[in-house]
Amino acid sequence: MQFFGSAEISPSPPVPTTSGNNAHMMYVFNRNGVCLLYREWNRPLRTLNAQQDHKLMFGLLFSLKSLTAKMDPTSAERGNLGVPQLPGQGCSFHSFRTNTYKLSFMESPSGLKLILITHPRTGDLRQSLKYIYNLYVEYVVKNPLYTPGAPIRCELFNTSLDQYVRSIA
Amino acid sequence: MAPVGPRSGDAIFANMERVNAELFTLTYGATVRQLLTDLEEVDEVNKQLDQMGYNIGIRLVDEFLAKSNVSRCVDFKETAEVIAKVGFKMFLGVTASVTNWDADGTCCSIVLEDNPLVDFVELPDTCQGLYYCNILSGVIRGALEMVSNTSSFAQPSIPSFLWDVSLKTEVTWIRDVLRGDDAYELQVKLVKQVPEEYPYKDDE
Repeated sequence: MQFFGSAEISPSPPVPTTSGNNAHMMYVFNRNGVCLLYREWNRPLRTLNAQQDHKLMFGLLFSLKSLTAKMDPTSAERGNLGVPQLPGQGCSFHSFRTNTYKLSFMESPSGLKLILITHPRTGDLRQSLKYIYNLYVEYVVKNPLYTPGAPIRCELFNTSLDQYVRSIA
Repeated sequence: MAPVGPRSGDAIFANMERVNAELFTLTYGATVRQLLTDLEEVDEVNKQLDQMGYNIGIRLVDEFLAKSNVSRCVDFKETAEVIAKVGFKMFLGVTASVTNWDADGTCCSIVLEDNPLVDFVELPDTCQGLYYCNILSGVIRGALEMVSNTSSFAQPSIPSFLWDVSLKTEVTWIRDVLRGDDAYELQVKLVKQVPEEYPYKDDE
């Protein structure tokens, strides 16, 4: 059995032919690390409980962001490892790809983090995440019954998000 | 340096959903009027308007960021310019100017020549202490509290590695046409930058 397989040994799953199952999960975190939204479309394997899973995801992004900035060969000003980075400052990563999935990431200057996990063969999703940010503004921020900082329970947002995510190629 | 957003909000304003200006002005007027009836004290009304503005601001900032594509501002000066040129244009349809910077760049004035909130308004003698447009100061305060900024304008007392900060500001009215001045002037003072920390404890 091969535990540390390369792409040749365990090839990527085939590109789905029908549209609608390219996306696996979506996370939305606010600036305080609160998971505002977790949507799941296709996640056969679960190893952690929801809370630990969210914490792990947030920690991954937090560390990866500070690591990528630390590695930046073009910028003189760099932070210390483990210290939070400014959204958009210096460099920041927008996606990474493994042989089984692709994680796309966007952070707004207000600290909202959008994470979309899709099939590894999906293209650049930066514009898509921007569009989702706009959906968030229209259906969540403008919803007078939504309390800022609370988990999102807006049916309209979920519906339009599902619909949009299905259209992502 | 990362590209920043637009220098003027005209293009975005053209694409914004709009409401009739008179409806907007009169609705705001009715709100202030009702607050005066309910709270009786002018000071309380000022406070309440500021709080309402704050609640609007913390939401409005996301709409602003989503639609304007402003990625970041390098310093407080640029932040103020963006508020005046893009923010006011996007949401109120007017442009403000930024003046009166103090020496260390932490305090400035945003001057509004034209203010759609005050059409048809005259302050009666009983309401002389009222800051009729106090909602605007709350909006600015709330919106700035939600955005991060860089260390390039940090005070020497704040260690430079604390990059991720939110901006605590004090916003006060300096001039008000309703009180007999020639323009609306809002003073925005950067009080402190609050660094953000990793929200989870290790032993959680």
